[in-house]
Amino acid sequence: MTLTAPPPRSATTTRHLGRPPLVLLVPAVLAATLLVLPLVTLVLDTPWGTFWSELRSEPVRRALALSALTSGLTVVVCVALGTPLAWLLARVEFRGRGLLRAAVAVPLVLPPVVAGVALVTALGRNGVVGSLLRETTGLTVPFTTAAVVVAHVFVSMPFYVLSVEGALRTAGERYDVVAATLGATRWTTFRRVTLPLALPGLVAGAVLAWARSLGEFGATITFAGNFPGTTQTMPSLIYTTLQADPAAARTLSMILLVVSIGVLAGLRHRWLRPL
Amino acid sequence: MRARAAATLLTLLAVTGCSAGGGAADDGSEPAPDDTLTVLAAASLTETFTTLAEEFEAEHPGVEVSLAFDSSATLAQQALEGAPADLLATADTRTIESAADALAAAPEIFATNTLVLVVPAGNPGGVTSVDDLVDGGYVACVETAPCGATWAALAADNGIDADPASLEVDVKAVLARVVADEVDAGIVYATDAVAAGDAVETIELPGAEQQVTSYPIAVLAQSSRPDLAQELADLVLGETGRQVLADAGFGVP
Repeated sequence: MTLTAPPPRSATTTRHLGRPPLVLLVPAVLAATLLVLPLVTLVLDTPWGTFWSELRSEPVRRALALSALTSGLTVVVCVALGTPLAWLLARVEFRGRGLLRAAVAVPLVLPPVVAGVALVTALGRNGVVGSLLRETTGLTVPFTTAAVVVAHVFVSMPFYVLSVEGALRTAGERYDVVAATLGATRWTTFRRVTLPLALPGLVAGAVLAWARSLGEFGATITFAGNFPGTTQTMPSLIYTTLQADPAAARTLSMILLVVSIGVLAGLRHRWLRPL
Repeated sequence: MRARAAATLLTLLAVTGCSAGGGAADDGSEPAPDDTLTVLAAASLTETFTTLAEEFEAEHPGVEVSLAFDSSATLAQQALEGAPADLLATADTRTIESAADALAAAPEIFATNTLVLVVPAGNPGGVTSVDDLVDGGYVACVETAPCGATWAALAADNGIDADPASLEVDVKAVLARVVADEVDAGIVYATDAVAAGDAVETIELPGAEQQVTSYPIAVLAQSSRPDLAQELADLVLGETGRQVLADAGFGVP
């Protein structure tokens, strides 16, 4: 998983190994360039003069507000539903556990647009569950803000669940067992012992899920649509703006990049510790 | 973001591709067997241009026509970024003019189109006229796409202020929503309604003939085979093109 931090390494070990061989250095520099160059050019290419007026414009404010709302709700849903699922996967033996874990991980590797298509087949107006819902309650999910949250949860939940499950496994069952021998019920053990021990993993998972939700585009535009105020999130707005005004789209991208870097800064204990 | 990244990649490819294929080729000779013409065409041209490309390939053995269909605005942007393509055909004059710097010659109009209202087969929403459109009950194109700009003008003409459920980036995406019965109605071109066949029912839009969109085509400056590209444009503009386009429901100039 991407969550593992690089092993700590002291500067002295490399010094004695001599100069890094070119055969490693050249591809390493190429790789770093490929990752960094587009971001640098984006920063340089952004029309900064209009940055603030763009940021305060009506479409951007609405898209930012919607992105904040939906990604916030996504994190809430992930924590509320994902924590018990992670606990189930980490602590309870049952048939098909491996299969369930694999299923949870699938959205991680699924192209987002496929996720959107899958959601339409399930919850679309004519979807398996969607048509039932429509017949019984008259409600339809697509083209609503709820659809955006559903799409975001679908793609973000695996990040959260796998992160929390990893934390639960790392913390181990020893303290749980001790609590149980002292007479604590499973629920009390979970609340007072398991959860506090796994808290860093929970926070990291929540931040990851939030970041994934903020950048979600493919599933959202496929399943929820694209309308200002209800379903148009920042990535959808950027895609739409690109059709007419690439310079403005760069500014909007910059706004999202700034937010993403903020998220990374929040995660620095996990990823940036070697710095 | 994604489209721009793709455009940048295409630019990089163009830089390498152009240096290899540059130089005025000897006219009149048989095209090399590995000749490929890349055409960027508006989404609403999907069916007709596929047919015309096959026609052209049959007339020019060894030539392969590769077609990319997307929103006109996206294609114009890609052309401007130097995408390695030979021809650009958009769904209105405004979008092709936005790529003026990438055009080798003045664009020529080869077809016209008008908007219609389509409802899914069986008309589950009971939409019988443009007045039945309600907030969130239909889909349309975003205004940056020709179909969206035309619809905005037509909606203003008809005094319609119902908001669509979603603004799709091109007309085929709108049609897909209607065919899948995800919405009660959609605003598409008359030709898309024809292409969808029995999957949709068509309702005329009052005043649609006042808001006709014209399709221009032009050879791109970055084309490595401008002569061959012009021949394909001539096919579209000529008798064969007229026939295929008229059969699909386009108006021909």
